[in-house]
Amino acid sequence: MKKLMKGNEALGEGAIQAGCGAYFGYPITPQNELTEYMSRRMLEEKRVFIQSESELAAINMVFGASVAGARAMTSSSSPGVSLKQEGLSYMAGCELPGLVVNVQRGGPGLGNISGSQADYFQAVKGGGHGDYHLIVLTPGSVQEMYEMPALAFTLSEKYRTPAMILTDGILAQMQEPMEQVKIDSSRAGDRDWILDGCKGREPRKIRSLLMEEGALEAHNLHLQAKYDMIRKQEQRYQLINEQAEIMLVAYGISARVCYTAMQEANKKGSQIGLLRPLTVWPFPEKILQELAPKIKAFLVIELNAGQMIEDVKLAVNGKTPVHFYGRSGGGCVTPGEILREIEKI
Amino acid sequence: MREELIIAGFGGQGIMFTGTLLSQAAMIEGKFVTYFPSYGAEVRGGTANCSVTIADTIIGSPVITSPDSLIILNKPSLDKFSPRLKKGGLLVLNSTLIEDEIKESNRQVVHIPATDIAEKIGQIKVANIVALGKYLAIRKIVSQESIFQALEALLTGKKKELLELNRKALAAGFEYQ
Amino acid sequence: MKKLFFKPESLTDTDHKYCSGCGHGIVHRLVAEVIDELGIREKTIGIAPVGCAVFAYDYWNFDVTEASHGRPPAVATGIKRFLPDRVVFTYQGDGDLAAIGMAETIHAANRGENITVIFINNAIYGMTTGQMAPTSLLGMKTTTSPFGRDAKLAGYPIRVGELLATLEGTTYLARCAVDSAKHVLEAKKAIKKAFEVQLAEKGYSLVEILSQCPPNWKMSVPESLEYVRKEMMTQFPLGVIKDKTKV
Repeated sequence: MKKLMKGNEALGEGAIQAGCGAYFGYPITPQNELTEYMSRRMLEEKRVFIQSESELAAINMVFGASVAGARAMTSSSSPGVSLKQEGLSYMAGCELPGLVVNVQRGGPGLGNISGSQADYFQAVKGGGHGDYHLIVLTPGSVQEMYEMPALAFTLSEKYRTPAMILTDGILAQMQEPMEQVKIDSSRAGDRDWILDGCKGREPRKIRSLLMEEGALEAHNLHLQAKYDMIRKQEQRYQLINEQAEIMLVAYGISARVCYTAMQEANKKGSQIGLLRPLTVWPFPEKILQELAPKIKAFLVIELNAGQMIEDVKLAVNGKTPVHFYGRSGGGCVTPGEILREIEKI
Repeated sequence: MREELIIAGFGGQGIMFTGTLLSQAAMIEGKFVTYFPSYGAEVRGGTANCSVTIADTIIGSPVITSPDSLIILNKPSLDKFSPRLKKGGLLVLNSTLIEDEIKESNRQVVHIPATDIAEKIGQIKVANIVALGKYLAIRKIVSQESIFQALEALLTGKKKELLELNRKALAAGFEYQ
Repeated sequence: MKKLFFKPESLTDTDHKYCSGCGHGIVHRLVAEVIDELGIREKTIGIAPVGCAVFAYDYWNFDVTEASHGRPPAVATGIKRFLPDRVVFTYQGDGDLAAIGMAETIHAANRGENITVIFINNAIYGMTTGQMAPTSLLGMKTTTSPFGRDAKLAGYPIRVGELLATLEGTTYLARCAVDSAKHVLEAKKAIKKAFEVQLAEKGYSLVEILSQCPPNWKMSVPESLEYVRKEMMTQFPLGVIKDKTKV
């Protein structure tokens, strides 16, 4: 049976169904309903919930719960996610799984509370200090908000690196019918690194400080080999109208607007397609490389001044023109605006 | 079929509930529906609004730029949203709180004293539901049966006692000429 | 012949990298002895700070994680809430605990987290080679207070134990020193008590230990011990600051 649910709440319930054992959060609009939802549901499920004193504390609580073997998560919106970058860098360095949700709002600075996609660079290029990546998933509907936490936890555990769900204020605040499908909550990856007391085994340590000569370089090479494997194995996307002349490229809320624009254009006889990345790191570069020779042009649509377009251009590598249209500061693109951009090509 | 509706008024006039109720009814009928509210500091002390899109195919963005219809419960919301209404669109306004007599050649304007009617029913807080009833009588975007079913789905537990009042308000809106 | 001195099981064979006269090595050993005596080595998880004690994970023979600067209380909270039957403690210096990590410190204490905090107060940043700490004494010369700590410029040395004592969430707070055999024994007693509080699920415990840092204080070891006794103990009086278990 379908249920009308808000994006924020669907994400919370999805995480709970996925076996999230510990949630730590700090209020910030437009993700408050998620923290509020968890404050009730996690206690009902007899799991760990804490309203932390800051986003910094929250991500470090996630660090601790992850060290102890929990499926742990936190959520915030753009300014709060900036504060979490320290913890994410340490988690990447320590190879700890965990989930961070970014319900993006307008920036820079305190910005505003409208939906935005301006944190793309921060999400996919590392975000904190050091040479690392997060696995970044981008839901496009309330249904996907519900289903993606399980995938995020699984990938995060499989590769022992933190994952992010990158969404926005519009998807998080909107409601639409969703099916509460059964979620697989089984844990992935080895558990031979968890700190739960050294009974019956040698003591373990978890650290990212590697001062011995050459140790940090070796560790970085190990991390990069892991990231390469993720790039090879985990690129995810949805492709509509493969035979299109012009391919729209967008994720999350922008992809939804693109979908409407595509339908309207195709009704009038155009050949428009839509490539929607479901992972923006690893970026679905393989499909872009395959499409490039067959497509007249790509049109990248984002709620920012042009960030994902850089990854599209890198993948296409000059073989096909790549155009851009976006709005920043909390403005949302409209189907009409996209149609106008299509006509310009 | 595709209907884009914005409902707007003061915070406390039940704007969000009206939108959720209609969305629930659309879902009961198996239609595609999205609901998008104003939120956060935007709503504090001022106007509230929500956008409901109902269609028989997948809906892209839940954000509505030019609505097909408006349900407007107060004057500031009229000033804000009226210019965005499509040509040929429907404007249902609460004439108890909006004194302007509006007539337009290319848009359908319906005045309903929703707050007065609600007061007669016994609770001015259901003015929103009265206005929704009137809107549905004209637009028939969901059936009366579905909207009553939606009421039952949303008003559960302690809120169940409000069911009768809301039913009456809907009926009054449907019947108002 | 009876063996009178032996290494606690909770210490590894790794040689310490601490400077001569430093108090860290003594406190590491006290913690290890207490953990051995309480028989909790196999269920203990320690959290090393950023600061001189960052390598503590090499010296203790039980599970240890490192935390970013100032965040050990948040990390401890995450571990302890998920595994409430394990023993969780943080080991932090004055910069980590009372400067960059003060928010985490106060809120973990205020929530009454059932954790133990070992707080080394040597009134200086040791690892970064001698900058002013939040607990540096007035007039104390450091590399970032070259004319001596001036209250107008840098405020006053923070008395962490007394500050936390006002919070209802704290259970046991004590201040000790490791300048003499007598004080070392008292410090061990306080550390043991703090862990016992946690084992009895009575809530937050913190032991502040005044320690000496001869190289960064630019003193000989005997001079540094004298400084602890004369100057540090005046600003930071020793003793049990709060003990709710006795109420």
